[in-house]
Amino acid sequence: MNSSTTPATLSQLAEALALNPLLGGLRPEFRQMIAGCAVVSEFEKGERLLSIGEPCDYFWLIRDGRVDVEIHGAPFGTLTIGRLERGEILGLSWIATPFTAEFDATAVESGTAIQVDAACLRAECGSHHELGRVVYQSFATLIRDRLHATRIQLLDLYERQYGN
Amino acid sequence: METETNVLTMTPTFVPIDDARQDLSDTATISMQIPQELPLPVAGQFAMLWAPGVGEVPISYSAIGPGRSVEHTIRDVGATTKALLGKKVGEFIGVRGPFGRGWQLDELADRDVLLIAGGLGLAPLRPVIEEASRGDLGARSVRLLVGARNPTALLYPDQLMDRWSNLDTRVSVDMAPASWPGGVGPVTTLFERIDIDPETTSALVCGPEIMMAVVSRKLVAAGLGPRDVQISLERNMQCGIGHCGHCQLGSLFTCVDGPVVDWASAAPLLDVRER
Repeated sequence: MNSSTTPATLSQLAEALALNPLLGGLRPEFRQMIAGCAVVSEFEKGERLLSIGEPCDYFWLIRDGRVDVEIHGAPFGTLTIGRLERGEILGLSWIATPFTAEFDATAVESGTAIQVDAACLRAECGSHHELGRVVYQSFATLIRDRLHATRIQLLDLYERQYGN
Repeated sequence: METETNVLTMTPTFVPIDDARQDLSDTATISMQIPQELPLPVAGQFAMLWAPGVGEVPISYSAIGPGRSVEHTIRDVGATTKALLGKKVGEFIGVRGPFGRGWQLDELADRDVLLIAGGLGLAPLRPVIEEASRGDLGARSVRLLVGARNPTALLYPDQLMDRWSNLDTRVSVDMAPASWPGGVGPVTTLFERIDIDPETTSALVCGPEIMMAVVSRKLVAAGLGPRDVQISLERNMQCGIGHCGHCQLGSLFTCVDGPVVDWASAAPLLDVRER
């Protein structure tokens, strides 16, 4: 992960977190705690943010730019199975052991994100159980939505012919 | 006159194929002129196309006009569709129709309209998209959201990139190479990424039934009224005039009460588990 980071004040980060659809609804003090583990990062087109099997030390709240979630292997080569955009979150593997990435993630469009240090946030959640409850509840919602989307993809929705 | 109408709706009229073009490896579009004795269709209706000696299938109109010209986009899924696609320009096929209830376009006046298509479902929406692209739909805004399995399975790519480029168009595929410029993910992610005012938004959804059900449920969950979501039901249409009962779905004969129905009517029927 080579993305560059930019200094930002806690309040700037907390304000930026307030705009995120998933975490924006958290109480201000919780956003402030998450902001304490976060920096603003920039990523360049083509930059690899996550690699399969490598530690998932961060997650990113994408502010602009686009990032592909990829899987690779014969006979397909590299396939994009998800494309994340503004407001979406990259990185779920930080939440449970062994904290390693399940997919590659590559920026297909340069952009910026709020980059959250996973170990730092896990420690905060361990110390402040109410923070831990709301963070894990928020990510459970995200995981449910991703699972639902994956099941829809598995249905192969479009292969049933229409009009014949 | 009623006798004449019945004769016309029950007896195929032979119509020559004017043109044919291959859209995908298994899908092609044929064009023809509607004879004067047959009524002109409206968007969302379908015709029964007959390959003599093989069979008859319901196929939606994928283009209507100019004049009396129409198009049908057909996927090769069986003996009849294969026979229809095997016809050469100048050869004749049998046509009955138009049949059914089309898209209720008068309900879209001054609305923010979402046209949501999955796979071959783009075909029955195409006449509406053309109307929207010409600015004739009367809607306040139109957004076209298209889902496909992968970029090579995308129907009408030239129109999407070129002729309909004046519409706010978003395309998402289930998987793609990195060079693909559109979205990747289920079609539902497309409207989750845009701002919708549920009070002013209407949606026309067309695709395989399971796709329409998933999309419609999410639209209603986002606040759209069930009557503001129109879908096009695919059933076993045979007679086209509500007599034979093959297309019956609950209390609906989808060949006359549909194929286009609103989600308020369709949801209770589609929620019933089929055995």
